[in-house]
Amino acid sequence: MNIHEYQAKEILRRFGIPVPRGRIASTTREIPAIARKLGGRCVVKAQIHAGGRGKAGGVKLAKDPEEAESKAAAILGKALVTHQTGPQGRVVKRVLVEEALHIDRELYLGMVLDRGAARVSVIASAEGGVEIEEVARKNPEKILKEVIDPAVGLLAFQCRRLAFALGLAQAQVGKLVAAMQGLYRAFDETDCSLAEINPLVVTKEGEVIALDAKMNFDGNALFRQPEIVALRDLDEEDPREVEAGRYGLSYISLEGNIGCMVNGAGLAMGTMDIIKFYGGEPANFLDVGGGADKEKVAHAFKILLSDQRVRGVLINIFGGIMRCDVIAQGVVEAAREMSVQVPLVVRLQGTNVELGRKILSESGLAVIPADTMAEAAEKIVEAVKRQ
Amino acid sequence: MTETGTNGGAVSVSSLYLFNMAILVDKNTRVLTQGITGATGQFHTRACKEYGTQMVAGVTPGKGGTFLDDIPIFDTVAKAVEATGANASVIYVPPPFAADAIMEAADGGVELVICITEGMPVRDMVRAKRYLGGKSARLLGPNCPGVISPGACKIGIMPGHIHRPGSIGVVSRSGTLTYEAVEQLTRLGLGQSTCVGIGGDPVHGLDFIDVLRLFNQDPATHAVVMIGEIGGNSEEEAAEWIKANMKKPVAGFIVGQTAPPGKRMGHAGAIISGGKGTAKEKIEALNKAGVKVAPSPALIGQTIHEVLKGLRI
Repeated sequence: MNIHEYQAKEILRRFGIPVPRGRIASTTREIPAIARKLGGRCVVKAQIHAGGRGKAGGVKLAKDPEEAESKAAAILGKALVTHQTGPQGRVVKRVLVEEALHIDRELYLGMVLDRGAARVSVIASAEGGVEIEEVARKNPEKILKEVIDPAVGLLAFQCRRLAFALGLAQAQVGKLVAAMQGLYRAFDETDCSLAEINPLVVTKEGEVIALDAKMNFDGNALFRQPEIVALRDLDEEDPREVEAGRYGLSYISLEGNIGCMVNGAGLAMGTMDIIKFYGGEPANFLDVGGGADKEKVAHAFKILLSDQRVRGVLINIFGGIMRCDVIAQGVVEAAREMSVQVPLVVRLQGTNVELGRKILSESGLAVIPADTMAEAAEKIVEAVKRQ
Repeated sequence: MTETGTNGGAVSVSSLYLFNMAILVDKNTRVLTQGITGATGQFHTRACKEYGTQMVAGVTPGKGGTFLDDIPIFDTVAKAVEATGANASVIYVPPPFAADAIMEAADGGVELVICITEGMPVRDMVRAKRYLGGKSARLLGPNCPGVISPGACKIGIMPGHIHRPGSIGVVSRSGTLTYEAVEQLTRLGLGQSTCVGIGGDPVHGLDFIDVLRLFNQDPATHAVVMIGEIGGNSEEEAAEWIKANMKKPVAGFIVGQTAPPGKRMGHAGAIISGGKGTAKEKIEALNKAGVKVAPSPALIGQTIHEVLKGLRI
């Protein structure tokens, strides 16, 4: 789960990390008063969940309250297109207005799960303000790392080691150590999957401040993070993905036109791959899970068909635990309710497969049956092409 | 006769001697179920027992002294192990309590812990794995289907009937995709020595290399099918290891070739982040290591079949 920059900064502030003074606004009317309180000169930042806002024109420096208002007017309510939003962009509903700082140095500070070590790592770099992936590609030696032992947390000496390697002056080392340890506490206590301060700036006055902030959270831990869940902004998410989540389905929108419904994440990805292998394009990833019931299957089917681009549907179920007759019933019910206009290929395998096939063939629906995964993919790709 | 695994643990002699018919589990494995009174625990404990697995005990705190059918239930793992001699544990407890269950199993003295639970917080697994560092128990999963040595022992949620005893070892991060591959093998007349699910989470117990090492030493395993997926770099590391150490033919498949970057594809661990962990990189690494990679998930069985035909095994 993702949150906005202004929300992440609020969390950082709570964990003792200095952030710029500022306020969130959703109308241009509020802007001049906020800017005046900040001393006139300020920065207006579009709040959307995608990265690359600066390059896309979503972050503007204003020299006085009037300019802040006009700059905000150019951003608020407009779609901002960054390299992460897709061509349609994302409508900006809020801007963060912040004091403009006198920046001396821009650093990078991030924390992420290090899968190889099965621990959280701190990543730091003197090359702040640019994408860390780019630094990793061009100057891997400029990336510093410390692995955190979960039994003791991030230790002061590890932070000092990073601070000195970053070339910080003695006066700033203690401040950076505090910021790093605060960030780790925030990461750990809120079940982050990623926390990034890019850039973390050293001001001309010698302060260490988080100029930007990005936090992602572990979806599996949300059950114990009600305060984080409250920060969720559904406007920033794909409506079909949100709808699917409501029924415990795992759904991801893709660019193609063949909808798929599968049980199990691996098989669902495999089904996407085999559609592509036979020359088609999957419209989505959809895992109905191991214990799906009739209703869940029906909901899944409706979500698939609500995508206007879908020109055909492939259902691929390997019923280990899941019974094929249950799947078949769910499909028949949903199809009757929605009147399916596109070809539908169904491959059922496993427990109660004969019963499942019988339910489908007796339903009167124009179902194209398939025995194997390859046959199913071939048939749906061909059926979609024929249309 | 010891072998160091990911967790710094040692393989007990009991899992290696006797016919050497498989890895990790065989007909002498004595299994306890943690979370035996929940719907999932009950269902699969019965299914595994029906398959022929020695399901000797259950653990549900507060239900000690009761039974599931004729299987005795205990309040703690330690008591269950003491009373029944269980040497493996399978976990079906809900995600918030799963890490505690893993650590209790390791502390209770079982050699193999298999965590089926899907949806565990990463933070919990990071801590559990740290705890296991000092123990001899080995962990499979979480978020895995379990392990089966066909005809001898099934621990987990996989459908038993699609498997046949034989000489192909299977190791995979996926569940249903593994069933798909196993079914292809069985249709081609290729039975399996042991099928191991290592799980779809980013932090897990045994990894590809740990399982490949066991297959390499197992006389009953003649070839291995390895099914990886996008995210992380376990497959690349396994490829390096295969190149340097593997004496048996390996065929593979990497799922997620069409997955977009930055999106978590169902499995918590299946995500391409920062341009890393793509299927393309993994396939290239495996090819370089001499692993024949199936071009489609429908050709996994066929691919190992051809490799074996080429070797006239």
